[in-house]
Amino acid sequence: METSALAVGLARAQFAFTVGFHILWPTLSIGLAWFVALLSVLWWRTGKPVYRDLMRFWMRLFALGFGMGVITGIVLSYEIGANWALYSRAVSNVLGPMFMYEALTAFFLEAGFVGIMLFGEGRVSKGAHSFACLMVACGALFSATWIIAANSWMQTPGGAVADARGIFHVTDWWQAVFTASFPYRLAHMVCASFLTGAFVVAGVSAFHLWRGQHLIASRTAFSLALWLALVLAPTQIALGDLHGRNTLKEQPVKLAAMEGLWDTTKGPAMTVIAWPDQDAQKNLYALDIPHLASLYLTHSWNGEVQGLKAVSPADQPNVPVVFFAFRIMVGIGMVLLATALTGLVLRLRGRLYAARWFQFLTMATTPLGFLAVLAGWTVTEAGRQPWIVYGHLRTADAVSPVSAGAVTASLLIFFAVYNILLLAFLWFAARVALKGPADTSPPTREHRGLDRTNVESLPRAAGAFEQAGA
Amino acid sequence: MIELMQGPHVPLVFAAVAAFCVTVYVLADGLDLGVGIVFLAAPREEDRDLMMASIEPVWDGNETWLVMGGTLLLAAFPAGYYVLLPAFYLPIMFMLFALIFRGIAFEFRLQATRFRFLWDIAFSAGSLLATLCQGLILGGLIEGVPVKDGLFAGGPFSFFSVLGLLCGVGLVGGYALIGAGWLIWKTQGPTQVFAREIAHAAVILTAVMMALVSAWSPLAVPEVAARWFALPNLALLAPVPLLTAFVLVALWRGIWEGPEPRTLLLALAVFALGLVGLVVSLWPYVVPRTVKVWDGAADPQTLAFIAVGLVIILPVVLSYQAHAYWVFRGKTTVHASGYGAPH
Repeated sequence: METSALAVGLARAQFAFTVGFHILWPTLSIGLAWFVALLSVLWWRTGKPVYRDLMRFWMRLFALGFGMGVITGIVLSYEIGANWALYSRAVSNVLGPMFMYEALTAFFLEAGFVGIMLFGEGRVSKGAHSFACLMVACGALFSATWIIAANSWMQTPGGAVADARGIFHVTDWWQAVFTASFPYRLAHMVCASFLTGAFVVAGVSAFHLWRGQHLIASRTAFSLALWLALVLAPTQIALGDLHGRNTLKEQPVKLAAMEGLWDTTKGPAMTVIAWPDQDAQKNLYALDIPHLASLYLTHSWNGEVQGLKAVSPADQPNVPVVFFAFRIMVGIGMVLLATALTGLVLRLRGRLYAARWFQFLTMATTPLGFLAVLAGWTVTEAGRQPWIVYGHLRTADAVSPVSAGAVTASLLIFFAVYNILLLAFLWFAARVALKGPADTSPPTREHRGLDRTNVESLPRAAGAFEQAGA
Repeated sequence: MIELMQGPHVPLVFAAVAAFCVTVYVLADGLDLGVGIVFLAAPREEDRDLMMASIEPVWDGNETWLVMGGTLLLAAFPAGYYVLLPAFYLPIMFMLFALIFRGIAFEFRLQATRFRFLWDIAFSAGSLLATLCQGLILGGLIEGVPVKDGLFAGGPFSFFSVLGLLCGVGLVGGYALIGAGWLIWKTQGPTQVFAREIAHAAVILTAVMMALVSAWSPLAVPEVAARWFALPNLALLAPVPLLTAFVLVALWRGIWEGPEPRTLLLALAVFALGLVGLVVSLWPYVVPRTVKVWDGAADPQTLAFIAVGLVIILPVVLSYQAHAYWVFRGKTTVHASGYGAPH
């Protein structure tokens, strides 16, 4: 069957838009679910009201993001069949069970406990509430695990053979789930979610510190988030390096596009920035640092790295897209690392809560994690092209026999609906976030006299303190 | 394990599991879609707050069965997935848009102040549209889909049929009935009175549309007529419509008296009987009149892999979903926390 390039382009545009929009919410909710679970355990074990205030506050933001994730995720599970029928036919034996296991082990776990998490305080014990929060957090993690197993199989297929009709049959489930790139991709994505979550918490807390409100809760959250960031940012960079070297081994064409490397080279330079000209198959205006790419890719001065020209231009991905998305991701990673390190320096000097410029800086970093996640997925998905199953099935041969008009109509509606949703989410989330957590902690005494930390909420706090003590 | 998955009985077992998931979805999500359908008819803001609060802790779990059904179809009966989804492209997409709006209304409605009525409309209209789309899909399934070379071969509007419209309106009535039954059980006072009143209208609509669909299907689709009216099927299947009529009468008489969960339970029974009728009409096809369950099933090794999960995990899932309902048992009160009611 002849499918037009237009139909393929439309189906790709629709999937890229809906999946790109979707990934924002799991990123937020994986990070925040674990943060809320941590807070609920701290509240359960220590009984400090500040942890309860923070738990309730971040739970509300989690709930908003979680809802967005659920509804945009349901879309994807049906879109795959509706827009990508030939892909579904080819891979259903392999990927169908993974999607089913995601629903079975992750979605149901989240859905079964999210009600207790959000509405169950007071109906169940503190310990049971903590357990529900942990189950939701585990559900979010399991979901990521199955989806990334499926995605990794598309990147580095294993454990299955294709028959004459191009339909895959599994020969070894272990190999089909634990493919060559799976552990790296999973670790990189989960760490990205945690890191993004840490900077969201830090940014929102910085806003309240800057405004001088909810000080006890905001200081606790700010400090916690920056400790987490300090561990997660370098970890993420190390994981990214491992993932990159795995890509070099498993998907050399994608890696060459990330590096902007056209010719197979011994001891390749790192191209800091350039304009990759795909028609001419070379870089324009390149700024190179000799041998650096060889050092971090092969860990040797003169290691050989395969270039893009090793395959015909028809088998290359869109190089500028992959090249620039990769630089955006890495650049953001460096900014986040620098912010976390700055926080450490300020902390050691005892100025973590006082430096107002740092509060502005952390507020500015709030959306960066999301941008990095979008850029990172662009690298790995655009870098896989022109294949939908790397090396086996071309994206152009995977679309459904549906009319371009129907795809266009639904794409336009998705675009309108998702933008309305995003605006509504930002509006409501900003309202919750800017209002801040409740202050039920008793005011603390610091160095001189009565600290002003929670002074505006003194009368309320006194009542709550007695309540908490009871 | 893989040898075990090669017998001719195996696809039947998976078909039964798939039917079970669809049934749970229809019954569970029917409950909260139904509350959405009757939502705007409620006279007071307090009623709507209470109605929403009654389904808030459980709607997400209910809707997850839709994802479960879709992924199980892909895993166990891929032919059903890659033929039927393109065949019902537009109703599926519009069902998803509708579910988006009604799903997000749960959170945003409580946050909104001045424009709360917009989210009320989004919730109710979303529930209505999603239900109509499900009806169109159902009707289209009974009518059958055009297939060539193992793939869908129709146009974007070939899903449309009069039968689909009838099914859509019938589902609206049926879900409204389940929703009203749920509200009779979970609420009290004026909200409960409203639920009892709307249950009357829902019973009438459901009964009329079930009769119309049952009459129209055999007229429009000869295979359905042959299935139901050939002997000895006629005698064997007669209890299904008779029992349905009996339950509908019992429903009608029990709305204002008797135990409170009664309307809900009888409404669920009506749906279960309707689904039995559907299975009778469609059996044994995954894709109506083209792909049978035995031809549409996945590889034995794939079935073996998913069987493990279904046997071990599905009972656990059912038990903690039941637990969630149990935690929120009793009459609903409006919550003070959760999605973010201002405190």
